[in-house]
Amino acid sequence: MNEHLRALLLAVVVVNTVLALTTFAIWFERKFAGRMQSRLGPTRVGPFGLLQPVADAFKLMQKESIRPRQADRVLFELAPLLGATCALGAAAVVPLAPGVAPAQLDLGLLFVLAIGAVTVLPIFIAGWSSNNKFALLGGMRAIAQSISYEVPLLLAALVPIVLTGSMDLSEIVRQQAEGRWLAVWPFFLGLPAFAIFLLAMLAESNRIPFDIPEAESELVAGVTTEYTGMKFALFYLAEYAHTLIASALAAALFLGGWDGPIAPGLHWLLLKTFVLFGFIYWVRWSLLRFRSDQLLSICWRWLVPAGVALVAGAGAWVAWGPTP
Amino acid sequence: MLQVTTITRRVDPHLALDLYDPEAELLLLHFGPQHPSTHGVFRMDLYLDGEIVVKVVPYVGYLHRAVEKLCEKLTYAQITPVVDKNDYVAPMTNEQAINMAFEALLGIEVPRRARWIRTIFAELQRIASHLLWLGTFALDLGGALGGGSTLFLHCFRERELILDLFEDVTGARFHYNTHTVGGNRHDIPAGWSAKVKAALDVIESRLPDYLSMTLANRIFLDRTRGVGVLDGELALELGVTGPILRASGVDHDLRRDAPFHAYDELEVRVATETDGDCLARAKVRLREIEESIRLVRSLVDGVPEGVLNAARPIKQPAQFKIPAGQAYVGIETPRGELGTYVIADGSANAHRLKIRPPSLHALSALPHVLPGATVSDAVVILGSLDPIMGEVDR
Repeated sequence: MNEHLRALLLAVVVVNTVLALTTFAIWFERKFAGRMQSRLGPTRVGPFGLLQPVADAFKLMQKESIRPRQADRVLFELAPLLGATCALGAAAVVPLAPGVAPAQLDLGLLFVLAIGAVTVLPIFIAGWSSNNKFALLGGMRAIAQSISYEVPLLLAALVPIVLTGSMDLSEIVRQQAEGRWLAVWPFFLGLPAFAIFLLAMLAESNRIPFDIPEAESELVAGVTTEYTGMKFALFYLAEYAHTLIASALAAALFLGGWDGPIAPGLHWLLLKTFVLFGFIYWVRWSLLRFRSDQLLSICWRWLVPAGVALVAGAGAWVAWGPTP
Repeated sequence: MLQVTTITRRVDPHLALDLYDPEAELLLLHFGPQHPSTHGVFRMDLYLDGEIVVKVVPYVGYLHRAVEKLCEKLTYAQITPVVDKNDYVAPMTNEQAINMAFEALLGIEVPRRARWIRTIFAELQRIASHLLWLGTFALDLGGALGGGSTLFLHCFRERELILDLFEDVTGARFHYNTHTVGGNRHDIPAGWSAKVKAALDVIESRLPDYLSMTLANRIFLDRTRGVGVLDGELALELGVTGPILRASGVDHDLRRDAPFHAYDELEVRVATETDGDCLARAKVRLREIEESIRLVRSLVDGVPEGVLNAARPIKQPAQFKIPAGQAYVGIETPRGELGTYVIADGSANAHRLKIRPPSLHALSALPHVLPGATVSDAVVILGSLDPIMGEVDR
């Protein structure tokens, strides 16, 4: 089969899978949050409220698409599309099973981190083009937060790169096969790096306790204040897809990706992804929010030095540690 | 007792902006009245330098319903259900305050049984009100899509228990209309005290969960410690009362200092803190919940026998008249001193009726404490003052 055609087909499959998973993830989160808050969560639409995401999507599609008169027309319309594209783009290199990844890139990890770094642009574009003060403040916060947390994220991702000597995600996972997960051994490097990666990912995807750009109790809805209907839905979708893909990435980098006994690789990857995803939502529905300056001080005072130390430690481990 | 202190006049907090930084471009942010965190319809104009609030101009009045004027037009007997809606988080204390003012004018002594029941109502209402405050404060801190809403819904669940208790007595969950001039309208049903104690047990058993989500939570502490510091002297000068004043180190509580209801037969342990920040206010309110639970427990079993109302039921509101005179009665509601000042002219309507809401005075602290804080802090500080716009605007 033509290489490009194969890539296109795989892309269509992956994008749709991620979208479908995202809708399921939204249902899962709503149920989960409901149980945490001694509620039932969605119960009305479909069995166990399973069709609730569909109902939500229909509702959002019916909404009027409002654009403020003073908004920057092109950028305002472009921002949600860009946001969703960036979030989904990162899915391209996640190794789903042995030898199966939508795109086999030698620098897959670099690609993911680059895409992740670009994700802040649509958010800022949305904040700026809305011509709304709340949105603008949200956009400013998003820039400060994302650029700061880019640093610990990169440093944490450097640890598996140094330990495995590869930037290809499939190769990183392959080296962790048969239980040699980086979070397990060397745990003194893997576990802290995993924790920093997770924290930075929370900040990158604007999750509580780092959801400062959205901060609906302060900034109404932050950057998405002026967005309605499907444009808002795209932001919403991008946020969830981002979290989901970040969980998959963390699983691939530190928890051995598709590695696991008995079941096929994809099952293991999904299981690990959803465990991490569940953890993120557990955190989300139990913690309060940091303030912007506190968030930055955590980043620069703790996460960045720790990340540097971990990278140095990883280098030392590779140079002088026991050979596998 | 509170001693009288002389207070030196302070600098006007309404800073002239051109003195701040003539070159700076300040962002004027209309915060409210349609904003999720203004606890109703409250508007602040925030002048921002980046995220730092430089100046704040609060605007009240969006919920003005002319309650005081309405009270002058209605007969005395008709007023109670109207003032229920003033402080819509603590309606019990509202109707108590207004009826106590009429009783003071008439010189009626309320029967002991009614006073005990009023005390129980007031303390249960304090628990309910503080629970709701804790929930909304968590919303301010953590957002409606996060841990804040978890705490909010848990607090709501506990508040329901208290509303159920009120419903058992009055038939209404919220706007009770149970206090009349001279006593209470509804007697407590048989077996009510067991229900009260069961509900209090549940609430008390869940309080540690709330503490672990707030006072034992690093994020909560980081967000509230040293934020919005209001010193005691300024609080007194502004007329701030209630938990906010006690959090600023002024040991003042009308339940102990000027006992009403059955408080003269009780020992109220007043919770005070000295820091005057949002954390201190949270601590005071959480300790008041515990104290109220203790007070209700000690009261609910020993409600004295006797008549419930010293006056005859009012059959014709227009015939119920209060002799000419004036009276001021202040009681301690969950938010502070709720004062009612009535001037009666001998007819069935009040000549003038003035309500002194504690929330209005709490809001008057905003221009003093907000400058220097960030937008995020502004929301937290506003939440910690626990304003109820219904009683601010009336």
